[in-house]
Amino acid sequence: MLRVYDTELRSRLMLGTSRYPSPAVLAEAVKASRARVVTVSLRRESSGERAGQGFWSLVRDLGVRVLPNTAGCHSVKEAVTTAQMAREVFGTSWIKLEVIGEDDTLHPDVFGLVEAARILSGEGFEVFPYTTEDLVVADKLLVAGCRVLMPWGAPIGSGRGLNNVFGLKALRAHFPDVPLVIDAGIGVPSHAAQAMELGFDAVLINTAVAQAANPVRMAEAFAQAVEAGRAARKAGPMEPRDLAVPSTPVIGTAILR
Amino acid sequence: MQVKVIGAGVTGLACALELAERGAAVEVLDRGAALGTSSCSWYAGGMLAPWCELETAEPLVAKLGGESLAWWQRRFSATALNGSLVVAHARDAADLVQFGRRTERFEWLDGEAIAALEPDLGGRFNKALYFREEGHLDPRAALAALAHRLDDLGVPIRFGVSAAAERLVAPAHGARARCVIDCTGLAARSVLKDLRGVKGEMLLLRLRDVSLSRPIRVLHPRLPLYIVPRADGLFMVGATMIESDEPTRITARSMLELLSAAYALHPAFGEAEIIEIGTGVRPAFPDNLPRIGWHGGALYVNGLYRHGFLLAPALARRAAQVVLEDRHFPEVMREDTRERHLV
Repeated sequence: MLRVYDTELRSRLMLGTSRYPSPAVLAEAVKASRARVVTVSLRRESSGERAGQGFWSLVRDLGVRVLPNTAGCHSVKEAVTTAQMAREVFGTSWIKLEVIGEDDTLHPDVFGLVEAARILSGEGFEVFPYTTEDLVVADKLLVAGCRVLMPWGAPIGSGRGLNNVFGLKALRAHFPDVPLVIDAGIGVPSHAAQAMELGFDAVLINTAVAQAANPVRMAEAFAQAVEAGRAARKAGPMEPRDLAVPSTPVIGTAILR
Repeated sequence: MQVKVIGAGVTGLACALELAERGAAVEVLDRGAALGTSSCSWYAGGMLAPWCELETAEPLVAKLGGESLAWWQRRFSATALNGSLVVAHARDAADLVQFGRRTERFEWLDGEAIAALEPDLGGRFNKALYFREEGHLDPRAALAALAHRLDDLGVPIRFGVSAAAERLVAPAHGARARCVIDCTGLAARSVLKDLRGVKGEMLLLRLRDVSLSRPIRVLHPRLPLYIVPRADGLFMVGATMIESDEPTRITARSMLELLSAAYALHPAFGEAEIIEIGTGVRPAFPDNLPRIGWHGGALYVNGLYRHGFLLAPALARRAAQVVLEDRHFPEVMREDTRERHLV
């Protein structure tokens, strides 16, 4: 079972809660995905004390663990303040930390990320940092107190899958014991299966499910893909070869060339 | 039959009109000081776009919304039925294809055809979706027109009346001679516990250099952005969708996004005057679909979400038949206990 910050999770699929056609569809999709963790953005929904209350209570009613996030924060200070507010609103010390450095690609600002992770870990938060596949940044995040990493597959919402398989494999190999969750860029279930086959511990999906024509069926498809990819990883995939190898032995057949 | 309609937004006025047209003795009460001031209808886009809405809305919205075009045309002569246009900037071209996959009753236009419909957009877009049968109206003028028709039918609209007090004196359900219809939007949340608010922000701009004949939707990765032309050089730019129950002021970010949408549609919008900044909170149920239901002797018509002007006619028509003929409409009256936690 997947263990993150001393919590055991029965599902290796996490879902975002933004941009569904309605909260009712979101609830159905979460059920179909069998996800045990959903992430919620505070920043876009929060201009006052009571703002967002209606939506937040619907999210709390989903009966799954809430991982609040700092989506849309562009500075360390914003991210830290949003995290503190999230702790109040959802009563959890979990925080998915996003510090955005560039608006067109939503590329993480890794310098701000490490700094915010250090501050929040010091305040007792359990930080899930949204990062790139960069090994040095990953190492600095672990030093800053993170015990989970969330590398991107591709830019948020782009649906491009795993852009840098080589880099992601290197990350997996360098940190065999750190839970690694692919956090962004997954477009279709085969991308999620691929991430699991590469040995990642879980995937987090939002747009690919929320913006599907039928989010509930897509959530179910992702659940199956994540399970298939995980099972394949455990089963030990074969290594690809350059030439054909017959699966039936040739010796013993009637006609030999 | 005597009917009190509480709430003079588009839902309340449409209900009152449907009832009055069927011969009921109707009275409309509203907490505001004047027409529109306390209602989120005041800030609506006024698009009658049932097929565009299929992009994110359930098929029921298109079905009910389809009734609105003829309804409005009959009751508000300035209703425009000249279609709507959906465009995307080059970087969001894939979104236009996806929009087309999820909607219906449109045709693809090339640059020339776009210029023929909207000369001021000539050369700015190569592709667009054209929903020929859709329409639009000016919500404030439409509300005034409904109020005027009600006045003609002898229906008074009383302002400055608290809905809470009226709910208390609602007759028991089944008392056929008198009835209360509650169309108070988010204010009904004390009774409709699963109602939530979705804040919307809009701008009114004035610009003489650009003229548009129909609503233009500009596809955007996060917001359903649109620009609706109004009389006198006015353009309504809307609308954000923020999960929030508070009609707080516009944020700088929303303002930037709305203005950049207008500017990207046509750079001349950079010179537009900002006439008004509006915010309102739309009432929505968890499935974002409207509901009609009896609670404590009053019939609640609520949850029209971002489809007020589109759905009010169909709901008003049904509410009138519920009250006067005891009809039942499962598609809007279904009791779904899983989704509806009512007192």
